[in-house]
Amino acid sequence: MKISRRQFVGGIAGAGIANVTAPSLSFAAQSNDPIRVGLLAAKTGPLASGGIDMDLSLTMFLKERENTLAGRKVDLIVADTAGVPATARTKAQELVEKNNVHCIIGPLAAFEALAIADYLTEKEIPTLGVAAAEDMTQRHPSPWFVRLTSTSAQCAYPLAEYSAKELNYKKIVTIADDFAYGHEMCAGFQRAFEDNGGKIIQKIFTPLATPDYGSYVAQVKAADAIFLGTAGSNGFRFLRQFIEYGLKDKMAVIGGMTALDESVLRNMGDEALGILTTSWYSAELDNPLNKSFAPAFRKQFKYDPGFYAASTYVSGEVLEAALKATKGNVEDKKALMTAIRGSDAETVRGLIKFDEFGNAIGNVYIRKVSKIDGRLVNSVIKTYPDVTQFWTYDKAAFLKNPVYSRDYPPAKNLEP
Amino acid sequence: MQFWIIQGLNSLSLGGLLFLLSSGFSLIFGLMRLANLTHGAFFMLGTYFAAVALRSYEGLNIWVTAIGAGLIVAAIGGLFERLVLARLRTNPLGQVLVTLGMSFIISDACLMLWGGDSIPVPTPQSLQAPTRLFGFVFPTYRLVLVGCAAGAAIVLYVLMERTRLGAMIRAGVDDGQMARAVGIPVSRLFTLVFCLGAGIAGAGGVLGGPILSAYPGLDADMLPLALIVVILGGIGSLLGAFIGSFIIGFVYTFGTALFPELAYIILFLPMIFVIAFRPQGLFGRVLA
Repeated sequence: MKISRRQFVGGIAGAGIANVTAPSLSFAAQSNDPIRVGLLAAKTGPLASGGIDMDLSLTMFLKERENTLAGRKVDLIVADTAGVPATARTKAQELVEKNNVHCIIGPLAAFEALAIADYLTEKEIPTLGVAAAEDMTQRHPSPWFVRLTSTSAQCAYPLAEYSAKELNYKKIVTIADDFAYGHEMCAGFQRAFEDNGGKIIQKIFTPLATPDYGSYVAQVKAADAIFLGTAGSNGFRFLRQFIEYGLKDKMAVIGGMTALDESVLRNMGDEALGILTTSWYSAELDNPLNKSFAPAFRKQFKYDPGFYAASTYVSGEVLEAALKATKGNVEDKKALMTAIRGSDAETVRGLIKFDEFGNAIGNVYIRKVSKIDGRLVNSVIKTYPDVTQFWTYDKAAFLKNPVYSRDYPPAKNLEP
Repeated sequence: MQFWIIQGLNSLSLGGLLFLLSSGFSLIFGLMRLANLTHGAFFMLGTYFAAVALRSYEGLNIWVTAIGAGLIVAAIGGLFERLVLARLRTNPLGQVLVTLGMSFIISDACLMLWGGDSIPVPTPQSLQAPTRLFGFVFPTYRLVLVGCAAGAAIVLYVLMERTRLGAMIRAGVDDGQMARAVGIPVSRLFTLVFCLGAGIAGAGGVLGGPILSAYPGLDADMLPLALIVVILGGIGSLLGAFIGSFIIGFVYTFGTALFPELAYIILFLPMIFVIAFRPQGLFGRVLA
């Protein structure tokens, strides 16, 4: 049989297309192709600080392993989402259809994650998520999605209990950015704090683009403490004005997992000392993995890793554990996903497991800003072990309630 | 009572900040009929210069930094005007697009140079202690900022109303073609005014720094504010920019304090009313 040149070219091209569109049909389970990992990170735009850290630490993770996981080479493809949902969607599609990635890590912001969630579920791409939107692992979970960080409120519960029981705070004011992350975190904090006998007397939500925080600072009512449910530059700007108005001498400041992240601390002065925050990570964590990660990161980039850097490093660790379990077989996506969900990996944040919705169960740390070797750090003062996204609440009842929002659960103790 | 006094002072300080931001924008818009979308980026450049300079050189004075940053940003603005905008004089839409592109370039350059963190601009040592008046506390720096804005307003007023240069600029604003015909070098004036506008924005960025901090996205946060003030006050009117800034300062501060749910639209409400009932702005003139 003779093969004409045209048939030959067509055949090759066809094979190429088949390979691109249906990688799961590949029979070469143990092929020598590299594992292609896509990272969605906002490396430009207002979220760039976190996105850049996500890239740096994942690259560092792979470099430490000579770009090899479970015996296979790894290609990391980083796509810049610019912190824009539409761009995140385009880039996700590009990663899946052009770069043909086996799994995706990221993206950072909830609105980006929500913009691509359906697409990634439809394409059956294992996704190791960072964004905190509650419902992604509650009322609308996806079999292809796990979250290795926490939900918006997951870290707020322990701090709420700590504030009520150990610090004996009675009245707290909350302030957060006016979007889902802030709403959910403050709602969770309020619920746990009020269930422990405290009162949220004022809830302030500020628009993402707020030119001047002075008018908000001047509204803050007298209370035992103010809870910052903020992320990125806004919380930092609010806090500076809060201090300028002399309020830090009048009430304590406590904060959620991103309020005084290491990326914020490195630009602050002694005015931050003593502030309590809660998170699933701290650069100061005393476990063997973190004892090697945090100093190495600091040595290379001259600052401490925080929430964002740790998130992709933990992603790498979980992925590595899963790949070891499947012997590097990424072509069988179902098996990979099962392995990720069952990985029970030791990571820089401690041991994490996944619940049936794909959300991490792990330690949450209460941290206090203190000064060590001349730099500000988040020292761990208390560990709440194995915190789940449902805290101490009954799971079925929890899921029957509406998702946390600006007005749910209703705040009953607001002062006029 | 305390609420009204504190928020009143807040309004004044925000108004002062807005004037430093928008007066340059108004000047450029008035003379060149150009909505300079790079303006927010010029302001941000000033803030970043302040953040970096004041952190690196202890003892450096914020006022000196403001002048220095103003000059540097003015130079950048001048180059941009000469090399790019001047070539597009006959293409106003192209000019606006180019200024938008330039703002992207500047903000990405800032990101590359200074990273994505927010960097604080330290409040001057001597002004750090809050002012205590009749039992309430107010940040001293904010009060000083109002003085700065008033000072800038006076200097600009004298420049525009009492000097030959100001007369030429006003002539250019009123009727560019006629001004050209009587021998005023309008093209050179354009460059000069662009430098001046950019320089004020740069210096304003420095002075606003202790309140705003330098962060990626500052440019995009500031630009709409400049637009709102200028549309409200009237295009090309210095007095309009001044009054407009303080109106917006008061409306914003009291609006967000009294009606927090309206925080998103409160800035735009006065602008909408003005556009509906007085399209030329409060102090703008109807052009022939």
